Amino acid sequence: MEQVDKQEGCDDSAVPIDDPRYDTAVPRQREPSAAEIYLEVQRSPAFQEVRRRYRRFVFPAALAFLLWYLAYVVAATAAPGLMARPVAGAVNVAMVAGLGQFLTTFLLTWAYARHARLRRDRAALELRWDTQEMTRGAAQR
Amino acid sequence: MTGDHQTLALVLFSVFIAVTLGITTWVSRNRHGSAEEFYAGGRLFSPLENGFAIAGDYMSAASFLGISGLIALYGYDGMLYSVGFLVAWLVVLLLVAELVRNCGRFTLADVVAARMAERPVRIAAGTSSVAVSVLYLVAQMVGAGSLVALLLGGTSEAARSWTVIGVGALMVIYVSLGGMRATTWIQIVKAVLLMAGTIALTVLVLLRFHGDVNNLLSTAADRSGHGRDFLVPGLRYGGDWTARLDFISLGIALVLGTAGLPHILSRFYTVPTARAARRSVVWSIGLIGSFYLMTIVLGFGAAALIGPAEVRASNASGNTAIPLLALDLGGGAGSTGGTVLFAIVAAVAFATILAVVAGITLASSASVAHDLYSSLRRKHAKRQYSEVTVARFAAAGIGAAAIALGLLARDLNVAFLVGLAFAVAASANLPVLLYSLFWRKFTTRGAVWSVYGGLVPAVLLVLLSPVVSGSPESLFPGVDFHVFPLQNPGVVSIPLGFLAGWIGTVMSAEPPDEARHAEAEVRALTGAGAA
Repeated sequence: MEQVDKQEGCDDSAVPIDDPRYDTAVPRQREPSAAEIYLEVQRSPAFQEVRRRYRRFVFPAALAFLLWYLAYVVAATAAPGLMARPVAGAVNVAMVAGLGQFLTTFLLTWAYARHARLRRDRAALELRWDTQEMTRGAAQR
Repeated sequence: MTGDHQTLALVLFSVFIAVTLGITTWVSRNRHGSAEEFYAGGRLFSPLENGFAIAGDYMSAASFLGISGLIALYGYDGMLYSVGFLVAWLVVLLLVAELVRNCGRFTLADVVAARMAERPVRIAAGTSSVAVSVLYLVAQMVGAGSLVALLLGGTSEAARSWTVIGVGALMVIYVSLGGMRATTWIQIVKAVLLMAGTIALTVLVLLRFHGDVNNLLSTAADRSGHGRDFLVPGLRYGGDWTARLDFISLGIALVLGTAGLPHILSRFYTVPTARAARRSVVWSIGLIGSFYLMTIVLGFGAAALIGPAEVRASNASGNTAIPLLALDLGGGAGSTGGTVLFAIVAAVAFATILAVVAGITLASSASVAHDLYSSLRRKHAKRQYSEVTVARFAAAGIGAAAIALGLLARDLNVAFLVGLAFAVAASANLPVLLYSLFWRKFTTRGAVWSVYGGLVPAVLLVLLSPVVSGSPESLFPGVDFHVFPLQNPGVVSIPLGFLAGWIGTVMSAEPPDEARHAEAEVRALTGAGAA
């Protein structure tokens, strides 16, 4: 699998990547350090676009479902009269709201998975290979 | 309770133990503990496998026994747990799963340490992970105890204690021998068994009412003695404003806690990529959602067919409603069908407890060895143990602690205990995780403060709450030092965790490390250099 040969890159929390030693250790023409590469990638339009697409979907969606859930919980405690209103037979507003939470959860899961697959996965994967290609030089010290 | 179903249940359960022990030995046959193997099972599980394993890790005894029991006793108020437990997965799916998979290696602390000073952050996040895990483990142990009390009839104290000890010992064997690979397979087997058992019971309940849900609900309401109030929120958490605030607090803790559970986070490291992590969460949301829908049917079914009075007589907090329901659905006590169904359900519930316990023990032993031990050990001490060796011993230690606490807390409702674990997870682990992933200016001091700023208030408020002292149902009914009125601390301690992280960051002397933030962010969103 591809991650096996990428092991060196993963444990950099223990190794200070931006240590200036690594630059001076390369006597040839100065190559950018891993830290500089990551900063460069972060500023690149391609990455900004991936991040924008991710955040544009995730933040409003998270806010919406949290508010909808909070409204449900607060209504259950503060407005028992509303929740007790019958809808059909023994089924009341409280039941419908509870099942509605299940339904919206399933729908949002589907929407998010679809959005990520169609709008983000490919761009993110390309960035991954590019970044790893660039850091390979810096990582092989 | 006659001897027949006891014997059958014990046989079925022994089969499960034999199968899982077989899996453990087979899996661990010539593997000699690399950390990658022990904590993450080699990272080669498929999304489907991991989805089942996540569902298996999550659908605990609290869900199967506790929620249905609460619904059987209090009607609609028990349903809040089902809804909260499911909606929580949206937080995991949208904000956490993929990014955590890309940034970390084995634990929550890895993600935070990727852009902070390593040592203080690891000690803080490791401590809170262990605290959450132990609290969650206690809930599972209590579930095991009450199940066996029902199974063996009466309340034989010795049998109950020995069950708790036995469950604890078994899980330590699984975890320390088999690591993540064995634990994952146990979760998968258990998830399949649990889903099959739940589907069977649900179908039987619906058949009993000829598919008429309306009739089911009306019968449950009539039988409960509360009438229509049984189908409306407020029976357990109604009344004064303290109780209502408690309900809101619980609701918030449930929805925000899941994303901070160490044993759930560690599951994302068992798949190769972030995309696989996402797909496993989608699978698990499907499984967990349908499971909780069925527990609602089972809870109201138990209320309608058994009646809250009889459920309460068997176990004061309702933990045994489902086994009683199975006995009734199969044809009642003494009939063959009832005996078989009861035995199957009891064995499935046991398997559930055992598997969840194994998952949590593994995650917390990872926190002890990978975060705490590796940060706290003296670098030049004479004897150096490998991380995996430490993790194996940590599993035994955590098991012992959970057994002791489980024996102490045996009369509390399982779902309720889990609610506490979720509150601590949401207060101590979630703020630091979200800040690390999304806030550019977050600093080391902010990270440390947000962990302790959530953990300490959450634990203190539980200690000072009516759960521990001052009411007939509390842990120490004889004394009264409760000053905090709510049972669930979430509504206070979760904002405190977020606030402490913000204050710590604002008051940091050193600026945030731009370069390491860039690296963490690029890696989180693209998967570059992921383990």
